[in-house]
Amino acid sequence: MEVNNERSSMDKTTEEKIVGIIREKFESDILSVDSPHDFLTIHFRKDNIIDLIRYLYDHPVARFQYLTTLCGIHYPDAKEIAVMYQLHSLVNNWRVRIRIFLPEDDPVTPTLTTIFAGANWMERETYDFFGVKFTGHPDLRRILNVEDMIIFPMRKEYPLEDQTREDKNDFMFGR
Amino acid sequence: MQATEAKTTDIKLVEKPEGYEGAGFFATSLEKVVGMARKNSIWPLPFATSCCGIEFMATMGAHYDLARFGSERLSFSPRQADLLMVMGTIAKKMGPVLRQVYEQMAEPRWVLSVGACACSGGIFDTYSVLQGIDRIIPVDVYVPGCPPRPEQIIDGIMKIQQLVGNESLRRRDSSAYKAMLNKYGIE
Repeated sequence: MEVNNERSSMDKTTEEKIVGIIREKFESDILSVDSPHDFLTIHFRKDNIIDLIRYLYDHPVARFQYLTTLCGIHYPDAKEIAVMYQLHSLVNNWRVRIRIFLPEDDPVTPTLTTIFAGANWMERETYDFFGVKFTGHPDLRRILNVEDMIIFPMRKEYPLEDQTREDKNDFMFGR
Repeated sequence: MQATEAKTTDIKLVEKPEGYEGAGFFATSLEKVVGMARKNSIWPLPFATSCCGIEFMATMGAHYDLARFGSERLSFSPRQADLLMVMGTIAKKMGPVLRQVYEQMAEPRWVLSVGACACSGGIFDTYSVLQGIDRIIPVDVYVPGCPPRPEQIIDGIMKIQQLVGNESLRRRDSSAYKAMLNKYGIE
């Protein structure tokens, strides 16, 4: 097996190889493939995401067995919340970013803790800030913010500033 | 041979309170004596979370030397502390912890809020930061600055000393004081 030890980005043939591996089984679920800043990014249909990650984990060549990170992104214009999974194949030094899009008013997706135990806190964080509900998560509650918070602060409709202050106004602070 | 005389010293002793003095006796009010004793032996509890805490360390160090004010003995247990010094940004999640520390302190207790963040949230006008510790506990003296210099912290300590020295012995039993605590939901 060819081992790529360089930290720099993967070349196009590697990217095509990874996409080919995914196309073998999930041809119809790939919505688009892009490579912003030389980072392979796949827009995937949300229904089969866990199957895809399981497939990449077990694949004898790809072996994406390390979850680098997982997070939410809010697109207020499209009224969608994306969940981004970044996987790393430690054996090949391959990296891939997979995005799924969930509707803003009901963001629900299955948990990844069935494959990566480390996804537990990342999903709690994504729930805490974006309100994404991960079905099957063992302990889905807020992790960084106070427990009695009622908003999901990283969603764009909620302002950054603390809303309980009365001494700061537009004239003084340009709010 | 000359007898050793008492050398003059530049160490400034605390002045005795007003009172009546005669041969072999000195009479004054108990309140003044207690106030004098308390204000010159304040045990601070540092609650330092960020850069103001670094300024506090400088204040405690040899150069600025808070020991000159009788406060060299830091109390890292709230039970033996007289003064809670809150220095730094208090996140909303840390609010209940700060409040519990305050509740564990024995009366009489004072609170010094050091720095813009502890006083008002400072630059952190955001959903996750407490906009001033006076939202959860009563504060006696505010020291502004981002961060304040050690001189300012010492000034704040001296303001606390004034409060401590002049406080009525009955203040903590008064209904006004209890009502003030109740406003913060304490006891």
